[in-house]
Amino acid sequence: MLEIKGLKVKLEEEDKQILKGVDLKVEAGKVHAIMGPNGSGKSTLSYVLSGKDGYEITEGEATLGGEDLLELEAEERAALGLFLAFQYPVEIPGVGNMTFLRTAVNAQRKARGEEELSAADFLKEIRAKAKTLKIDADMLKRPVNVGFSGGEKKRNEILQMAMLEPKMCILDETDSGLDVDAMKLVSEGVNALRDAGRGFLVITHYQRLLDHIKPDVVHIMADGRIVKTGGPELALEVEKNGYADILAEVA
Amino acid sequence: MAAVAKNQEATAARLDRLTVPSSGQWAAETREATLSRLREMGLPERRDEYWKYTRPDTLTQADAPAAAVYETGEAPLFDRFDRIKVVFVDGVFDEDQSDDLAGEGLSIERLADAVEKDIHWAKELYGVLEAKGQVPVERPLAAFNTAYATDGVVIHVTGKVAKPVNLIYQHKAESSDAVLHHVIKLDAGAEVTVLENGPAAARFNKSMEVDVADSAAFHHVRAQGRDHERRAVTHLFGRLGTESVFKSFTLTVNGRLTRNEAVLELTGDDAVAHVAGACLGDGDFHHDDTVFVTHDAVNCESRQVFKKVLRNGATGVFQGKILVQPGAQKTDGYQISQSLLLDEDSQFLAKPELEIYADDVACSHGSTSGAIDEDALFYLRARGVPKDIATDLMVMSFVAEAVEEVESEELRDEIIGRLESWLERRRG
Repeated sequence: MLEIKGLKVKLEEEDKQILKGVDLKVEAGKVHAIMGPNGSGKSTLSYVLSGKDGYEITEGEATLGGEDLLELEAEERAALGLFLAFQYPVEIPGVGNMTFLRTAVNAQRKARGEEELSAADFLKEIRAKAKTLKIDADMLKRPVNVGFSGGEKKRNEILQMAMLEPKMCILDETDSGLDVDAMKLVSEGVNALRDAGRGFLVITHYQRLLDHIKPDVVHIMADGRIVKTGGPELALEVEKNGYADILAEVA
Repeated sequence: MAAVAKNQEATAARLDRLTVPSSGQWAAETREATLSRLREMGLPERRDEYWKYTRPDTLTQADAPAAAVYETGEAPLFDRFDRIKVVFVDGVFDEDQSDDLAGEGLSIERLADAVEKDIHWAKELYGVLEAKGQVPVERPLAAFNTAYATDGVVIHVTGKVAKPVNLIYQHKAESSDAVLHHVIKLDAGAEVTVLENGPAAARFNKSMEVDVADSAAFHHVRAQGRDHERRAVTHLFGRLGTESVFKSFTLTVNGRLTRNEAVLELTGDDAVAHVAGACLGDGDFHHDDTVFVTHDAVNCESRQVFKKVLRNGATGVFQGKILVQPGAQKTDGYQISQSLLLDEDSQFLAKPELEIYADDVACSHGSTSGAIDEDALFYLRARGVPKDIATDLMVMSFVAEAVEEVESEELRDEIIGRLESWLERRRG
């Protein structure tokens, strides 16, 4: 599904290498987690994959279903099936949540040469999906993320994911700013989308999210590289001992 | 002094070539008095401080610069509303296209008819708010309008009027030069909505004087555009009585030169005055909002909300002032003017001012100029929204605060719908 080979990335504005050769392969139907200390390059990886400006790719490649991601615009990557759940979802005053989502859904459909979803069908679908995430009608009507609590914003991200039905979902610290109940709700939303045809890359600092979204593979990222890969037990080791032991071991 | 004398001379030479429209006694007197004021102040010149950012020459020169007649090919704005249509073609009232000038709770007359009479109630308003609005800043083009206006409407609102009055302008002659003047008088407790739309003329000088008596409410929604070649100067004068409401919103799309002045005075306690505008400009677009709000009573609220979206070298101007007179305590004054610059060639010139002579007031003002928020743009694109559509969503987001000043949800939806369709056309 998602394949990253020897990816090296520096900031466009300053001579700072962030990713120093990342290799990663996420298969369809699998959940991979990336853990790592602050500044290890986890969020940068998610931004680079989804097409944010400001980064220069100096080496390496990234493909989704065999298609070269790095040559594409952000919206083309999305239409190809890549989805990033933002760590900090952006507030957009004056644009209704529903208008935004419908524009997004139909833009992707159009880009893929599919028929656009009618207003009625869209409404039916979004209402059903919003309900399972406990997003009420008022939240759907309100401007995108404006006045939403931290938990509401993250639930809104998952709603977008559910509506857009991507092939590859990257969750960037989706657990940050969530209380226990909200984390449970968000995780249930994510788990409901787990599917044989869909891959997940879950970026997190903490094991606790992985209690709810059980990963198949756990990677430890440090200083711009994946330094260790293992099963779910690796996350438990981090939780227990911190990163210091692992980092010392691979150094 | 030499410059003033020279300008007075030039103004006299310009005015001597013009004919004052046929008028009965009251209007003749008003026009004569106005003309002497105008000769004294002279027409605006580029060196005038109040015209620092906007060149007045095409507005003052003898002949209107030609403007190609613009065919929109789209249904006129407000078409789906049940309203009283008053149509002006190149500044002349068109009876055939207009509805009967009658309605429950109001009386409407053509200005051209009202000025022919020797006695008319409009005397107490026509040119009166304009004359008052000349202090402390002179507005010679408004005086010019009072002196030379050939037509317009004179509306007396006595009750709560359900149907909006829609002033519809049509431009049919390439070099038409229209001077229209509307007078609207709202009795105590009366309510009316006035809509304005359509390209008016190659050059358009329009005034509207609105007297809002105690507890009355005046709503004004106007659209200018998309006739790019026009040159327009408009003045909106308002006087607000106790507990009255005055809300005006203007949408402007395109236009080589537009100067919209609003001069509002809150004279009764607990009055509310909102004036807002959103504009989209492209290329040699020049749009100037000049606003002067005077608080002269206690516990009044005023809001000025202006948003300009500019690209390809377009220019936006905002000159806005809140003047709080001595004794106007508990004033709540707010002013925001912002531009969204879609490229580096466009410019926004803003002069926000507060002048406060009372000590118990809350006044704030802000002015910003900026590019599209890259994080927000990325967020939209990461959801699959193509860059051009994402940019237009950000444009809608940017102007939302101004559009939300339109109180009627139906009218707000009409404005939003039209804005969206204009943006869609622009994307091609």
